[in-house]
Amino acid sequence: MSGQTQRLNVVPTVTMLGVVKARLVGATRGHALLKKKSDALTVQFRQILKKIVSTKESMGEIMKNSSFALTEAKYVAGENIKHSIRENVHSASLKVRSHTENIAGVKLPKFDYFIDGETKNDLTGLARGGQQIQACRAAYVKSIELLVELATLQTSFLTLDDAIKTTNRRVNALESVVKPRLENTISYIKGELDELEREDFFRLKKIQGYKKRELERQRLSAQAYAEEKVAVDLSLKKGLSLGTAHNMLSQATQKDEDIIF
Amino acid sequence: MANRVQIRTSSSALIAMIADEDTITGFLLAGVGNVDLRRKTNYLIVDSKTTVKQIEDAFKEFTTREDIGIVLISQYVANMIRFLVDSYNKPIPAILEIPSKDHPYDPAHDSVLSRVKYLFSTESVASGRR
Repeated sequence: MSGQTQRLNVVPTVTMLGVVKARLVGATRGHALLKKKSDALTVQFRQILKKIVSTKESMGEIMKNSSFALTEAKYVAGENIKHSIRENVHSASLKVRSHTENIAGVKLPKFDYFIDGETKNDLTGLARGGQQIQACRAAYVKSIELLVELATLQTSFLTLDDAIKTTNRRVNALESVVKPRLENTISYIKGELDELEREDFFRLKKIQGYKKRELERQRLSAQAYAEEKVAVDLSLKKGLSLGTAHNMLSQATQKDEDIIF
Repeated sequence: MANRVQIRTSSSALIAMIADEDTITGFLLAGVGNVDLRRKTNYLIVDSKTTVKQIEDAFKEFTTREDIGIVLISQYVANMIRFLVDSYNKPIPAILEIPSKDHPYDPAHDSVLSRVKYLFSTESVASGRR
């Protein structure tokens, strides 16, 4: 993985510049929103954590109480009570229900317990200790209540932990990969466009230079022709053409046969 | 960005238990125990004769069963299969560590709390340095 952020490979046109700019705006907005979501989730997370710690402590207490109640019941009703309880198990009367709650955009599971069917009261008619057994049962039902609540907290805790990690990963990705890449692309496109503009400008200037020189040359040649014409006109007015005067002069240097001297 | 892990919502899920005899008896009294037609129970009684393999198998079975929502496990039993408990990361069923008569609750070994030990100050209960 290169340490340097690349830029996207695009054709450097004005349209692409608009497109990439729009994407950068989208990425920035998304980054801000995800950061807010991550903060909200972290707040929830810490709250749940505090509740979990306190609930676990009280659970320790309640389990102790339930154990005491059971020991009392055993003492009063005799050791065989364990077996009769075991034999008496058929279908569970205490069950849990789970549904999901939407907290800050994350689906968290929630458990409630409910009593399904009648609790078997056969044991309470035992010769000894029916009351102790009732008390023991009540203590254990209370501890189940607490344990179900704890289970809810724990699953929400784990789910939130996961969600926070994912969101933070996305925030970091946007911040350190996507946005720099888009910014590099934008500066690249701008650079290319500027260079094209400079090329165009240069070409324009060059062509203008050619045109000017062309014009200049034509003007000079026209001027020369015009001067010649004026000279010819003048000599014609004086009765000779410039051309014949020239011939006469040149012939004068040659020997004329008609002249005897 | 779809949810990769779907949270199972059920209208009636059982509570499974892996603990010592007294704890299980107490919970059975409350009505948590369930024996279905094939004589499969939702609890496992752990005593001195139970092997680690049996506990492992029971744990794996309880966590893959569709009708179990919560698994209660005694902390000293959890210590025996610590690697399984720590690597478990599904939200449902929820794994809860409970103390037993001879082993009071020790937050330092709780698999959930140890994951976030770094969030706690050195004096808090979960860091185990009371």
